[in-house]
Amino acid sequence: MNSVISIHVVRFIVLVFAQVLIFNHINFLGYVNPYPYILFILLFPVKNNRMLFILFSFILGLTIDLFLDSGGIHAAASVLAAYARPIFLKSSFGTIYEYQTIKFNTVEFGSKLTYIAFLTAIHHIVLFSLEIFSVSKIILILQKTLFSCIFTILLCVLLTIIFSRNKT
Amino acid sequence: MQQIINFIIRNKTFLLFLLLFSLALLFTIQSHSYHRSKFINSANFLTGGIYNSINSISGYFNLKSQNTILVEENNRLKSLLHNSNIQVDSSFTDSTTFSSLYRFTPANIIKNSYNLNNNILLLNKGKNDKIEEDFGVISSKGIIGIINKTSLNYATVISVLNTTSQISAKLKKTNHFGTLTWNSASPEIMQLIDIPKIAEANLSVGDTIVTSGRSSIFPKGILVGIIQDFELDDAENYFTLNVKLFNDMTNVEHVYIIENIDKPEITNLLNE
Repeated sequence: MNSVISIHVVRFIVLVFAQVLIFNHINFLGYVNPYPYILFILLFPVKNNRMLFILFSFILGLTIDLFLDSGGIHAAASVLAAYARPIFLKSSFGTIYEYQTIKFNTVEFGSKLTYIAFLTAIHHIVLFSLEIFSVSKIILILQKTLFSCIFTILLCVLLTIIFSRNKT
Repeated sequence: MQQIINFIIRNKTFLLFLLLFSLALLFTIQSHSYHRSKFINSANFLTGGIYNSINSISGYFNLKSQNTILVEENNRLKSLLHNSNIQVDSSFTDSTTFSSLYRFTPANIIKNSYNLNNNILLLNKGKNDKIEEDFGVISSKGIIGIINKTSLNYATVISVLNTTSQISAKLKKTNHFGTLTWNSASPEIMQLIDIPKIAEANLSVGDTIVTSGRSSIFPKGILVGIIQDFELDDAENYFTLNVKLFNDMTNVEHVYIIENIDKPEITNLLNE
């Protein structure tokens, strides 16, 4: 049990540092940055205390906000993603989720991809609507969401593949 | 009463979500209004320390380009000094006998940002170096922003590339002034709005825009950029100018913080 907690603490710290120090300086095409810190929300154990999970996601988002001076946009997006996660788990993994026996290393690649894509999409839509905060610039919001989404999904899939191989 | 408690227990997850989400929204709305981002800023011991130690490593990577910028500035200042006809009397260079208007403090940007809507930078100088809110920040090529929050050793700067930033600027050759804003489209182009229609004869592409000195933050005549193009606004009373900045905001490191020594006196007088 202790090792499980320490894995998540280490993952939290590593992801925050990687996001703030590396992934925020990529600026592909001038403004496209990936946000792979949501791997923490994606890979949090399914069997969990849901309130604790939402609280952790909030702290994760707020830590990122603290580093990036962005108010509370990452916190809001992370909390919403964490709250909405069971819906996406159910729709992507179907019946396996009902028995609560998902191990993210062993599930089918297709359903894992849909799960990551949906959660990333909702996270990024909230993130960029709050960042730009103006209805008249909806095209810009959608454009940023789309490009960042592709980047984040790609990175998340790659990172999960790399690190699951290492463990086995 | 029991029903209320039951309701809270049944929906505790949703209520927690609602609480945290509205808290985050509150922070977001605060950050979108000028000068009100109270709690969540990077000018603190933890984030400032981390950025500072990382910057001490990453600073080496653009050492060469930063040196070039500094040499260019030195060159400009030297040529100004040796080509001017003003005789510098060495007996008056003692700063204690002369009262100067502005105090300059050199600083380094340890966190740069230019691709968001509201960009905020982090400097490695703070209250320990007598840096306070509302001091101006410039680089060798032009304006950078205004100090927003300070901690003991760090300060956040509202960059000119921030949709809430409004700086008074004017045409260099006449005194027609307007407000410098940013529409978040490109980190190179800013907008100078509210230039009166009567100034049309004096507008031409390539003219220099400088700060107006109307606020007590920036001295008069700090470089901003050149006019790229201009057009009348919808009401056809004022011009909106696209200004190309002299500064490359994506590559700034060495900056100067300007303190107006007379500022307390000026604000005092204006508030009376």
